[in-house]
Amino acid sequence: MGADVTAETGWVGRSLPRVEDAALLRGAGRYIDDLGTPAGTLHAAILRSPHGHAAIEAIELAAARAAPGVVAVLAGAEIAALTASLVVGVKAPMECWPIAIDRVRYMGEPVAVAVARDRYLAEDALDLIEVRYRPLPAVTDPLAALADDAPVLHPTLGGNLASDRRFSYGEPDAAFAEAAVKISVETRYPRNACTPIETYGVVAEYDPGLDAYDVLANFQGPFSLHAVMARALKVPGNRLRLRTPPESGGSFGVKQGVFAYVVLIAAAARTAGAPVKWVEDRLEHLAASVCATNRVTRLDAAVSAEGKILALAWDQIEDCGAHLRAPEPATLYRMHGNMTGAYDIRHVSIRNRVVLTNKMPTGLNRGFGGPQVYFPLERLVQQIAVQLGIDPLEVIRRNLVPADAFPYRTATGAILDSGDYRAATDAALRQGGHAELVARRAQARAEGRLYGIGYAAVVEPSVSNMGYITAVLTPAERRRAGPKNGAQATATIALDPLGSVSLHVASAPQGQGHRTVLAQVAADVLGLRPQDIRVITEIDTARDAWSIASGNYSSRFAPAVAGAAHLAATRLRERLARIAAAQLNVPADEVVFAERRVRARDNPDNSLPFARLAAASHWAPGTLPADAEAVIRETVFWTPPELTAPTEADEVNSSLCHGFIFDICAVEVDRVTAEVRIDRYVTMHDCGRVLHPGMVAGQVTGGFAHALGAALYEEHAYGPDGSFLSGTLADYLVPTAMEVPEPVILHHETVSPFTPLGAKGVGEGNCMSTPVCVANAVADALGLADVTLPLLPARLAEHLFAAETSPPDRPARPVAKPGERQLFGEGSATVEAPREKIWAMLLDPDTLAAVVPGAHGIEKLSPTNFRADVTLGIGPVKGRYRAEISLSDLRPPKAVTLTGGAEGGLGFGRGTGHVTLTEEAPGRTVVAYCYEAAIGGKVASIGGRLLDGAARVVIGQFFQALATQAGGGRRGGFFAWLRSLLPWGG
Amino acid sequence: MKPAPFDYVRASDGAEVLDVLHRQGADARILAGGQSLLPMLNMRLARPAVLVDIMHVPSLQSIADDGTALRIGAAVRQAELEARPDLARRQKLLAAALPWIGHAQTRSRGTVCGSVAHADPSAELPLLLVALGGTVHLRSRRRHRAVEAGAFFTGMMATDRADDELIEAVSIPTARPGAGYAFREIGRRHGDFAIVACAAVVENGRARLGIGGVADRPVAQDMPGPDDEALDEALDAFAWALEARDDLHATARYRRELVRRLGRATIEEAARCRA
Repeated sequence: MGADVTAETGWVGRSLPRVEDAALLRGAGRYIDDLGTPAGTLHAAILRSPHGHAAIEAIELAAARAAPGVVAVLAGAEIAALTASLVVGVKAPMECWPIAIDRVRYMGEPVAVAVARDRYLAEDALDLIEVRYRPLPAVTDPLAALADDAPVLHPTLGGNLASDRRFSYGEPDAAFAEAAVKISVETRYPRNACTPIETYGVVAEYDPGLDAYDVLANFQGPFSLHAVMARALKVPGNRLRLRTPPESGGSFGVKQGVFAYVVLIAAAARTAGAPVKWVEDRLEHLAASVCATNRVTRLDAAVSAEGKILALAWDQIEDCGAHLRAPEPATLYRMHGNMTGAYDIRHVSIRNRVVLTNKMPTGLNRGFGGPQVYFPLERLVQQIAVQLGIDPLEVIRRNLVPADAFPYRTATGAILDSGDYRAATDAALRQGGHAELVARRAQARAEGRLYGIGYAAVVEPSVSNMGYITAVLTPAERRRAGPKNGAQATATIALDPLGSVSLHVASAPQGQGHRTVLAQVAADVLGLRPQDIRVITEIDTARDAWSIASGNYSSRFAPAVAGAAHLAATRLRERLARIAAAQLNVPADEVVFAERRVRARDNPDNSLPFARLAAASHWAPGTLPADAEAVIRETVFWTPPELTAPTEADEVNSSLCHGFIFDICAVEVDRVTAEVRIDRYVTMHDCGRVLHPGMVAGQVTGGFAHALGAALYEEHAYGPDGSFLSGTLADYLVPTAMEVPEPVILHHETVSPFTPLGAKGVGEGNCMSTPVCVANAVADALGLADVTLPLLPARLAEHLFAAETSPPDRPARPVAKPGERQLFGEGSATVEAPREKIWAMLLDPDTLAAVVPGAHGIEKLSPTNFRADVTLGIGPVKGRYRAEISLSDLRPPKAVTLTGGAEGGLGFGRGTGHVTLTEEAPGRTVVAYCYEAAIGGKVASIGGRLLDGAARVVIGQFFQALATQAGGGRRGGFFAWLRSLLPWGG
Repeated sequence: MKPAPFDYVRASDGAEVLDVLHRQGADARILAGGQSLLPMLNMRLARPAVLVDIMHVPSLQSIADDGTALRIGAAVRQAELEARPDLARRQKLLAAALPWIGHAQTRSRGTVCGSVAHADPSAELPLLLVALGGTVHLRSRRRHRAVEAGAFFTGMMATDRADDELIEAVSIPTARPGAGYAFREIGRRHGDFAIVACAAVVENGRARLGIGGVADRPVAQDMPGPDDEALDEALDAFAWALEARDDLHATARYRRELVRRLGRATIEEAARCRA
C-alpha cells in the first residue's frame, strides 16, 4: 500500500490486505479456546435429552457427584434455584429455561451439567447420571402442532400457538375482489443452520463477595440479550460483566444463541465455587445450538392480466422449536417492513402465527427471516409468469419499485432508502451473459437435456430497528410496554501520549475484517495511514461503551458501525483542529489533516506532525487554547432517526437500509442421476457505497456458498417422534469448495442517504436470494410447480424416472418413510427341533439368559414380564441398555407377541414383534417373525445411515444363535432376539 | 466428544498384537489409521478396554506384488497405495476408486485393511475386494486362515473375523489381460458415503458388477455382458435383490434406479476400457 495516498484519494473503497489475516493464516488467532483461563478453572459437560418429548420422572445424580474429579453436578432443580426463567418475547404464559425442568421438549435439550477437573472426567460423570424418562407424544410439524389434539409442549400455554397476529395495509380485500386473477403458492421452507467452524464457548466465574458474574463468551450480540442474561442470573446489569474474545471462528448469527449457555455455565460456576469453562462440541452444536426457523407459508396474489401484482395475502406459520427464546419470534418480524420485496405493491394482508414444536429452539441465522419470505415470494413471481404465459423477467420488471420513487415507503412501513432496481436488473442481464444462457437452454432442450434458468429479485435489509420485534405485540400491548426503536451504534476513538490512535467499536467480528475497514475509515478522516490506527473489536461490558444494539448481526457493520467510527473520528478531528488552529495561527476550518501531518490549508509549510498535536492534551494541557477542551477520547453514539417505533397502524421501518439483489441461475439436471449442476450463477448487488471491494466479494461469495447449502444439501431433519436425524456432519451436509461454483458478482451502486458512509449491509443477501433462485431454475428445467428444498436428487428423480413395478415375487412391504426412524422387518429361519421345544425356550427367559452373552441382571417381574440389563452392539459400537419386555397373545405353541422398550446411553427403542412357529416336518420348525421398532436418541442422530442395517445384523445373529441352541449348540437364545427388537445395537 | 478411559498398547511386533487380542478378545480393538474408530471413541459409541496400535509393526507395513495380486499389509495407508506409480497399470479399478474414499486427509491416515475391518456397507475398499474376488488374511494365536472377500463381509459392520483375529493383510487381484474395469459412484457431495457405488469387471463377454451403499454389505454378481440383451433384466433383478432402503439422503427407489442406470453405465465403461 502506498504511503502517498492522501485523504483526498482515500483509503476507503480499496481492497487493502486485511490486518486480521497475518494472525489468522498463521494459526495465531485468539479464539476463546486459545485464551488462558484463570487458575483452578473447571470444565463442564452437559447431559442432553435423547427424547424429543418426555417427562423427567427421576434424575439420580449421586453416582456422578461421587465420581473422580467431579466438583458439582446440577440438574434443572439446581439451576432453577439460582436463576430465573429467560424472558420470553411475546405475552404468553410460558417459561423458558436454559435447561430442562421436569420435562424435555427437544432432543439435545440440556438435562444436567457436570463440572469436573477436566472435560474427560466431566463426560465420564455424565455416564453415571441416571435419568428416568416417560416418553410423551411429540410433534415436529408446525401444522400438526396447531391441531386440537396435538401434544402440547407447554401446558401453561394451553396449546402450541404462542402468537397469532393479523395485519392489513391498504385495501387488500378490495384489490383481491377486483383482480383479474388470483395466483397462489404454498411452500414449506426447511430448517437449516450456519455451522460455524468454531462452536460456542463460555468461561464463567462468580464472585460471591460482589454477587457478580464475570463471563467470557464468544457471543456476537445483540447486546439486548445482556439484559436477558442478567435478569436470568438475578443480578443488576452492572454485576454481569460480559466479555468477548478478540476473534470468533464464524457465527453467521448462530452465536447469539450462546446466551442461554452463559446463564447455565454461570450458575454452574457459582455452585462449583470456581471458574467453569465449557466448549460446545460438534454433536451438541448440531443438535442444540440454534438453527433457522422452518416456515409454512401460503401466499396469495391479486394479479392483473399483465402480471402486475396488486395485492398480497400472507399466511405464515413460523416454527420456533421447543422454546420461544429471545429474540424470537424476531425471525418472523425482521422482514415485516419489506414483505413486498423489491416490488411496488400497495395492498397487503398478513397473518403471522408462531408455533412451538419438539425441535431445537431457533435463533439468528444469516439471512434471518429473508429466505423464509423470499422463497414463497419469488416462487410466486415465477408462477405468475408460468400461469399467465409471460416471461418471468417481464413480471419482475413490471413490478419493481421504480427508480424515481426512492426513498420509497412500503405498504408495511419500511423506507427503501435508495436504488434503481430496473437499471441494476438490466445491467445484470447484460453483464451476466443472460442471452447466452437462454441460447444454451434452447440448445440443451433441443438435445433432450434438462436445462433451466431461474431469477430472484430481493431487497436485503440491514441495520435492524430494535423496535421491529414489538410488532408481535398489539398496539395496546406496545403502549403498555413503552416504545422501542433505534439501533444504537457506538465507537470510541482515543489518543495516547505518543499521539497514536486507537479505535474501539462495540461489535464482535467473526472474521469479516472489521479492523481493516475501520482503520481505513479513521485513516481517511485523520490524514493517517491505516496501519497508524489500532482497532479493538472485543467487547467488555464493564469497560466499554455499548448499548442494546451492539454486536455483529443484521449486516450492520458497514452501514452503522463503520459509520459510527467515521463520526467519532470526525468529531475528534474537529476538536483537534481547534487546538491546531491556535498552534498554526489559522482558523479551525482551514486546518487540513493529511499525510500524517496537520497543515494550514493555504500554506502547507505551516504544519506540525499529527502525533505531536494528538499528544498535546496529555503532555501540556495547560497550553491548550481557552476555547478548546483536552482531546484524549471521543465516544459517539449514533442511531438513525428513520428507525422509529411501530405505528398504531402496525407500520414498521424494520431496517434502516435496503440493498437490492438480482440473481440469475442456470442449471442442468442430470437425466441419469437427477443431480443438479449449476452452469452459471450471476448475482447483482446494490449495497450502497462499497468500503472494501475484496471483503464485499468475500461476503457475497460466502453468503452464496451458505445459500447453496440451503438449496441443495442442508436440512435439520427430525423424525416424527422428535428424533434429531442429522446429528453429524456426515448427515448435515455443508457444501465444501468442491460443491460451490464461483458466482459472477456484479455491482450497481446507489449510495444510501441514511448512513454516514452511504454503505448498506451486504453479508446476508445471497442467503435470501439464492435458495429460491436455484429452486426457480430447477423448476424451469423440470417444469415443476412445486419445489421443496433441499433439492435432493432422489426427490427430483421422482419426476424423471419412469414408474417402477415391483417384481411379482416381491410384494410391496411397509417401509419407513424417508427421515423416519420406524423400522420394519420380517424373516424366518428353519430350526431342526420340534415346535414344543422351541416354545418352551421362548417362555423360559432364565434358561435362555444364561446362555446369552451380554445379558446381565435379569429380573423376572412376572411369568410374562421381565427387566434386564443388556449389552449389545455391532462392530466396535457397544452400549448397555435397561430393557423391559412383556409377552402377550400367547398361543402355545404357535405364536407370541412381544412388546418392550429399552434405554441406554446410546439411545432408546420401543418395539413390537410377532413370532409364529410352524412345524414344517416332524422335528423341524419354521420360526417366522415380523417386527416394528422405533429407535431414537444418540444413535438415531449420529448413526442413522447404519441403523436399519445394524438392526438386521442383530436379528440375524439371534436366529443363528437360536438355531444353534435348539440344535443343542453352545450358544443362542431368545433373549438375544428380544434385544434385537429393542434398541439399536450398532 | 471425549473418549471413555482405555488402555493403549503400541505393539512392536505381530506376536504382541495377537497376544493382546488373545487375552482381551472383543474388549480390544485394533488401532490403525483411526479414521472410523477414533470418532466412535470420541462419541462414546465404542468403549474398548484396550487399543492395540499396529502402525509400528514392521511386518504389517508392506505391499507385495506377486504377479497376480497385491498383498497389502495391515499398516499400509490408503494414500500409500494410491501413490504407487504402477497402480493404474496393475489394477485400474483401485486407481479409479481410491480417490473416492473420503478425502485426501482421511486417506493419508486411513488404512486399507482398516476399511475392510470396519466393513461399512458404503465403503469403496470392501466393494473392490468383493468385486475383484480378493482375499482377507486373518491370523490369531490359534491359526492363520484366508477368507474369500465374498464370505468375509457378513452384514452391516459385521465380518467373519473372530474376536482374537487380526486382519494382517488383504490380497487384491491385479488386472488380467483382456479384462476391463470401471468404477462409478454417486454421493451427495465429494467424499460422502456412497449412495450407490458400482465396480465392474468385463471379461470374455461376461460382466461382474459389485454394488456398494445399497445392501448391508458390498455385493457382487455375475452379469451378462454389455451387448447381451439380458443385461437389463439381470440388473433389474439385482437392484431388487439388494433390498435397498430409504435414508435421509436417498430413497430405496432412487438406489434401485441407480443400480440399473449407473450399473449399466459402469459395465459399458469397463467394456470400453479392456486392456
